Amino acid sequence: MRHLSRRAALALGAGSAAIALVGWSKSASATPQAAAADIAKFTGGAKPETGKISIELPEIAENGNTVPLSISVDAPMTSADYVSDVLVVAEGNPNPGVATFHFTPLSGKAEASTRIRLATTQNIVVVAKTSGGKYFTASKLVKVTIGGCGG
Amino acid sequence: MAETPKIRVPKTAKKGDVIEIKTLLPHIMESGQRKDREGKVIPRKIINKFAVEFNGKPVFSTTIEPAVAANPYLQFFAKVDESGTFKFSWTDDDGSVTTAEEKITVS
Repeated sequence: MRHLSRRAALALGAGSAAIALVGWSKSASATPQAAAADIAKFTGGAKPETGKISIELPEIAENGNTVPLSISVDAPMTSADYVSDVLVVAEGNPNPGVATFHFTPLSGKAEASTRIRLATTQNIVVVAKTSGGKYFTASKLVKVTIGGCGG
Repeated sequence: MAETPKIRVPKTAKKGDVIEIKTLLPHIMESGQRKDREGKVIPRKIINKFAVEFNGKPVFSTTIEPAVAANPYLQFFAKVDESGTFKFSWTDDDGSVTTAEEKITVS
């Protein structure tokens, strides 16, 4: 079932790739500045420290339509000290926002995985907020062979 | 919503265990960036929020942007201290909500 639907999705993406590519070259791409603005909104202007976060992404994503992404933040996840929100932004997509994960002490681990779309080779930036109001950040470069155009 | 989500939750666990949960909802996740053959933008239609509760208490949720791939897949964890029911919900741009439930027995 899962394979079928994924295949269908890929076929859809390939079919409209040409059209979509034209569409994207016209539309304004997100820039590191736009991504930074999203991050500033998330942190309320606070400057996040580097560390605590590990990002798992393929070094080279052959298909930008579905790129596996895993994020894990080192945190005790007790009601006194846990990671509450994790923002993911992409510096080279049409819009920088990708997803925001919201954790609670019931999450057990500040860890989540999903699959994302990447238009081009770019940096993925992750910012985590702790219950104590601290911010941490990490980023990772992904090389994208075929952009996640249509999808 | 006609589509049925696929959810993987262990049937049983020990008290205090941190269990892994995987979910997938078949959905086109139309980004709003694509154009049709006439050059008109295909309107955005995505799942914009996913949330999980356990016995009524929030466990995990995600705000989703169009940069999440079609058929949104999410893998995450939950700490279980008692038996109960996970409630999952996916909110579509059109306002419709797909829901599902999974039970777990904790000993």
